[in-house]
Amino acid sequence: MRVLTLIAALAMATPATAATERPAPRPDPAKGAAVFAKWCAPCHAPGMRHPGTAALAAKYNGQLPPELERRSDLTPDMVALYVRAGISLMAPFRKTEISDPQLADLGAYLSPRPHAKGARK
Amino acid sequence: MAVLPPGVSAADFAAALSQMATALGADWVFSSDDDLGPYRDSFSPVWDTARERRAGAAVAPADVAQVQSVVRIAARYGIPLFPISTGKNFGYGGPSPNVNGSIVVDLKRMDRVIEVNDQRHFALVEPGVSYFDLYRAVQERGAKVWIDCPDPGWGSPVGNALERGVGYTMGHFRDHFGAHCGIEAVLPNGEVVRTGMGALPGSQSWQEYKYGFGPDPAGLFAQGNFGIVTKMGFRLMPAPEHYRSGLITVPRRRDFVALVDHVNYLSDSFMVGEAVYGSPLASLMGRPDFLALATKPGGASDTDLDAAASAAGLPSWQVELQFYGPEAATAAQWAYARDRICSAIPGAKAVAGEHFSLPPTPDQLANTTQPYHSLIRRNGAMGVPSLGIWKIVRDNGHVGFFPVLPRSGEACFDMQRVMCDALREFPLPPFFSAVTAPLYWHTFAFQMVFAPSVKRDDPAHNAMVDRAMRKAVEVAAKHGWGDYRAAPIYQDAVADTYSFGDHALRRMLESMKDAIDPQGIIAPGRGGIWPRRYRESRDGRTSA
Ligand SMILES: Cc1cc2nc3c(=O)[nH]c(=O)nc-3n(C[C@H](O)[C@H](O)[C@H](O)COP(=O)(O)OP(=O)(O)OC[C@H]3O[C@@H](n4cnc5c(N)ncnc54)[C@H](O)[C@@H]3O)c2cc1C
Repeated sequence: MRVLTLIAALAMATPATAATERPAPRPDPAKGAAVFAKWCAPCHAPGMRHPGTAALAAKYNGQLPPELERRSDLTPDMVALYVRAGISLMAPFRKTEISDPQLADLGAYLSPRPHAKGARK
Repeated sequence: MAVLPPGVSAADFAAALSQMATALGADWVFSSDDDLGPYRDSFSPVWDTARERRAGAAVAPADVAQVQSVVRIAARYGIPLFPISTGKNFGYGGPSPNVNGSIVVDLKRMDRVIEVNDQRHFALVEPGVSYFDLYRAVQERGAKVWIDCPDPGWGSPVGNALERGVGYTMGHFRDHFGAHCGIEAVLPNGEVVRTGMGALPGSQSWQEYKYGFGPDPAGLFAQGNFGIVTKMGFRLMPAPEHYRSGLITVPRRRDFVALVDHVNYLSDSFMVGEAVYGSPLASLMGRPDFLALATKPGGASDTDLDAAASAAGLPSWQVELQFYGPEAATAAQWAYARDRICSAIPGAKAVAGEHFSLPPTPDQLANTTQPYHSLIRRNGAMGVPSLGIWKIVRDNGHVGFFPVLPRSGEACFDMQRVMCDALREFPLPPFFSAVTAPLYWHTFAFQMVFAPSVKRDDPAHNAMVDRAMRKAVEVAAKHGWGDYRAAPIYQDAVADTYSFGDHALRRMLESMKDAIDPQGIIAPGRGGIWPRRYRESRDGRTSA
């Protein structure tokens, strides 16, 4: 059920409904990298020892890179949805863990931005 | 606002939230469905059913004074609170409360590592400190101590210990509540207490002598509902110099009885860390004939199991031993363990495993270079937190039942047989069979695992899992085996089994609960302890 809701929400999401509705400083990919390192990397860092990476490798079977940091199709909205709602065996994260501004930074870090991509290599 | 606590009006609930917003700042009071989503138990087998336990709101205090304010406001309106530290209690209810509509007190923002001491070997932390955080603090401070962590590193020393969680180094550190030393808690009346030497103003030994003087109430805070813990001390192991491992196998099924006795001796003499048992015969479970034998109604005979082992050329049992300390001492202890067991059990074989000086390299941590197939999860064995264990999670998670049994081979055989037969009717993997090995997590007890997966989109499967859980609790108790920890939806069923003297223990605890928390605001129902105002509906709740 929740998966369906998520997909519906994803389909409706447009850049205008970004996760940064409240007036906040512009999302900062460099800060997002730190959020990623603290909260996402334990599961999503490169290497099959990381369960998120292993799960996405099985799911995408070569069609998409299993490492989130190598994806070019992620948007801040998708990132926000998965972080706040969780998916499959990934539990959701609370605002006390990743605040809304941090989530916006993370979204900026993970969505394709030419300069940021190089920085991530 | 979807869920209200029983007997609380929407107006009172809203008034309480607005007072909490004044005390904490509006940003730290959550009541929208979106914000409360991550406070649901994402592993719940009763997701979206009437039995799911859901928070009515969540608040996130920044310090002890704010926790006191929250408690005093809740007391004014009789609103149940449910404290969580990091809220990662997956398999046991996640962050979800016992009572619908409770306000979750999310302590994540209280995340100070107050002290790490590597002369006297302890840490003092706030509830929001995760194992990752504590490990990082130890590294950054260059402190020569190890932490003992559960497999998932995102939980907290405080939350995990209060659930009596476990880790994987030496016995007296693996029992996380046992390794605590000193608690600070906010009581239901808003007062702050400190246990042990913390009660003596000016004492410098709060993290060294946990009892102080007189009765020690520390245990009331573990799986209990007598207060909100705001600080907790933990004993830490001095960082060892060297690590050594070894494997011992025994040929026959019955050899397990003697093997366990020897390993008990080694463990109780503090010579070994977590002893990891296994049966090499588990590798045969993919074969229908062996599966049928290992799960035979009433249990297979020793003769048949020994014949299967020798036909496959496999030993019946194995144990991996781990040693920590000066290199020479670890070598002497391994030599002693090997000789002791191999001279006592005919056919026992010993294989020396890796040994290396500490800290481990990334490869050593990954445990990929043993001369034998190893079941040890090195991250745990070295106190290095990770989330690697999430790879064992299936579907949308699982619920856990981990019955405690005596450390004897005979008891293991009994549990294998009884629980295998009891759970036969459920279409689940064979958690209990003739090859099921005991888990040696707690210092002086064994456990076995029953952790069926949950499927969010398959209510019929979840209902079957739920029936299996209840039957497991009931049948185990009939044989003297009790669960050590349970999700809110199972806590009454488990508490019901601890019934000596017509539930004398529960009656004692509930009398205390009524005295200390007369309005019943702190985690009513946790650990099966209900305050007076909820007690009448206990039976309804148990069978609900
Ligand atoms: C794959 C997998 C592997 C696991 N491996 C292990 C393991 O190796 N060892 C292990 O022990 N567990 C394990 N678990 C279970 C669980 O994930 C951990 O125990 C986790 O540490 C518990 O969550 P937490 O630390 O965030 O505690 P929390 O969720 O914060 O707290 C647990 C409970 O304690 C009470 N509580 C928490 N804080 C307070 C407070 N400040 N005052 C009063 N009461 C409080 C609450 O009732 C709360 O629900 C595993 C789970 C999974 C899914």
